[in-house]
Amino acid sequence: MQTSFSSLKNQLFSFVRKEFYHVLRDKKVLLILFGLPVVQVLLFGFVLSNEVKDSRIVIVDQARDVASRKLIDKLDASRYFDVTRVSANKADIESEFKEGRIKAAIVFPANFQHDLQHGNKTQLQIITDGTDVNQANTIYGYISSIVFDFASEGSLQLVPYRIVPEVRMLYNPQLLGAPNFVPGVMAMVLMLVCVLMTAVAIVKEKEMGTMEILLVSPMQPALVIISKAIPYLLLSLINLLTIIALSVFVLDVPVNGNIFLLISVSTLFIITCLSLGILISTNTDTQQSAMFISLIGMLMPTMLLSGFMFPIENMPLALRIISNIVPSRWYYTIVKDVMIKGAGFESIWMETLIIGGMGLFFFLVSMKKFKIRLA
Amino acid sequence: MSTLKVLLKKEFRQIFRNKAILAISFMMPIIQFLILPLAANYETKNINLAIVDHDRSSLSHKLLTQITGSGYFKLVDYSSSYKQAYQLVETDKSDLILEIPQGFERNLVRENNGKVFIAVNAINGTKAMVGGNYLNGIIAETNKNIITEFMPGANLDQGIELTTSYWFNPKLNYKIALIPGILAILVTMIGGFLCALNIVKEKESGTIEQINVTPILKRDFILGKLIPFWILAMIVFTIGLALAYFVYDIVPQGNLLVLYCFIAVYLLAVLGFGLLISTFCNSQQEAMFLQFFFIMIFILMGGLFTSIDSMPDWAKVLAKINPVNYIINVMRLVLLKGSGFRDILPDFIVVIIMAIVLNGWAVFNYKKTS
Repeated sequence: MQTSFSSLKNQLFSFVRKEFYHVLRDKKVLLILFGLPVVQVLLFGFVLSNEVKDSRIVIVDQARDVASRKLIDKLDASRYFDVTRVSANKADIESEFKEGRIKAAIVFPANFQHDLQHGNKTQLQIITDGTDVNQANTIYGYISSIVFDFASEGSLQLVPYRIVPEVRMLYNPQLLGAPNFVPGVMAMVLMLVCVLMTAVAIVKEKEMGTMEILLVSPMQPALVIISKAIPYLLLSLINLLTIIALSVFVLDVPVNGNIFLLISVSTLFIITCLSLGILISTNTDTQQSAMFISLIGMLMPTMLLSGFMFPIENMPLALRIISNIVPSRWYYTIVKDVMIKGAGFESIWMETLIIGGMGLFFFLVSMKKFKIRLA
Repeated sequence: MSTLKVLLKKEFRQIFRNKAILAISFMMPIIQFLILPLAANYETKNINLAIVDHDRSSLSHKLLTQITGSGYFKLVDYSSSYKQAYQLVETDKSDLILEIPQGFERNLVRENNGKVFIAVNAINGTKAMVGGNYLNGIIAETNKNIITEFMPGANLDQGIELTTSYWFNPKLNYKIALIPGILAILVTMIGGFLCALNIVKEKESGTIEQINVTPILKRDFILGKLIPFWILAMIVFTIGLALAYFVYDIVPQGNLLVLYCFIAVYLLAVLGFGLLISTFCNSQQEAMFLQFFFIMIFILMGGLFTSIDSMPDWAKVLAKINPVNYIINVMRLVLLKGSGFRDILPDFIVVIIMAIVLNGWAVFNYKKTS
């Protein structure tokens, strides 16, 4: 018994070593595997943001008086807008929009200053580009607050009886994108490495015909498969630590909760993903189909239904129900709770249990479906 | 010419032989096209609100009814304990806290302003902004009511009034805004991935050697790989356009011929990029990962979800060589804004150059002898 166990251990060890050679030999894949999370974190951290900055606007000034000039200067001076053109002709707006050069247009009425000074109501028309909904909303918000500032500078009279709201931002005072996307990037990268890589790596052996050779070896078939998954487990852990390090040291998003809790739950998630990758590989015969199934089956739902890019509560009921079977949805919640809010295990035990259950399910099904004899 | 014909016949046969891939490459974009626009909804409604009312005055009640009557908020808690409300935020049951301090009404009457505190769960920046803005709007509305109540006859009708119109999408419908871009991305992904994997597959299975020993020209070989996927992607694009029309009621505002001309050239560029990657790699895994790496960056920086204007300057320069950026722009311009050929000419020229450079590079880089 003792000897058989140690020989089993030796076998497993040599299989795992073989897999490591496979993974390490392919330098390009390795480079991308480690480069991907870095590039993603940096992209999300420094390039992509929902804020409005330097939006190009066109102004149709029918008044051409001191007040309109002053307001235009004020708009141009703000960091949100860049006045590209002041024209007198309303027809210019359409051509500017059609060439895709501007995001918004503001039309000043003819008697702007006169109406303003004589206590009449004067109307500013704001035209925004509805093909980018978020931008349109934000741009309108900024324009109206600049105009409000401008209007209140002129009148010294204070409005009486006012409720003054004071707004405080919890967890993320500067409204950074990072606290929202770091958990998302983590879910996405782990999903990619574990599901896609594992599935493709196993199917590759099938496609090349080397799987048969492995299966006739004295090693247990189940262990053959498991030894294929182990290098990816390690790679994923390295990726995980890279992302955490980047977010802490580069993006200044600290881990507010217990880091060991975060890492152990992540490991559980990784194992679940690996089982899923194995499950996909048992059902496909070519690398291309394994890849496409992983892409459609896992990556897309991860991006769309985990709540990372789009809020789940706004989705129609059917999609909200479907989102429950997407493992990364639960993982995303866990990371957000532990990393950003600093919650403890007591608030994530349910999500952890769900992920663990899913992993067990995938593993059992794939072991059952795994055929020792290939067609 | 006849060599090319034979090569095309071979490629088509291979494509049709693998039914699974064929089905996937049609089903994947269609399913996504039907699901994505449903998921991509930032419209913020049902914002969960917890109110902490230390004042319990008639004024605080008035504010409360204004807020709950607005339809944007769902009141999940009404208590006198901030701690309790904070716990609701912690467990994601509430997005916002409105705290009304003691003496709120008294201060408003005596000192002309009453403070309230709003605490926003700001992990999700967009939602926090929108929720906070709604609440501010409601408070401003309440202010007006209070003034008219306390000092009847006050002239509120002075100053600047803003009117807004949202062109090309007056109701600010998210689906209309996103669909052209999503279609662009799907076509890019299908064409790009299939193409990138194709030459590599021949390398992996060794069949490329057999082609290399024939007198087939490099140019013909590359064209033979390019054309089938170009046709496939054009079909997927047409299906997507039809779905946009029948399912989402998007009527193209511009000339479809202009759009098709642009897509035709754009696809050449994207497929050329796939082929180029293919010539660099030795295994499907490599090609897949390289392609995934680039396509992901292209899409994220393509300006669909976040605007290119708000990127740092160096990223704006990079965006100029990102093909996805051009197609998303042109799709929006032609489909939604009704732009004509003249309007998109600058984009057109850039994409033509990209197509020539990428395909030329791919032909150059494909070596028949190793």
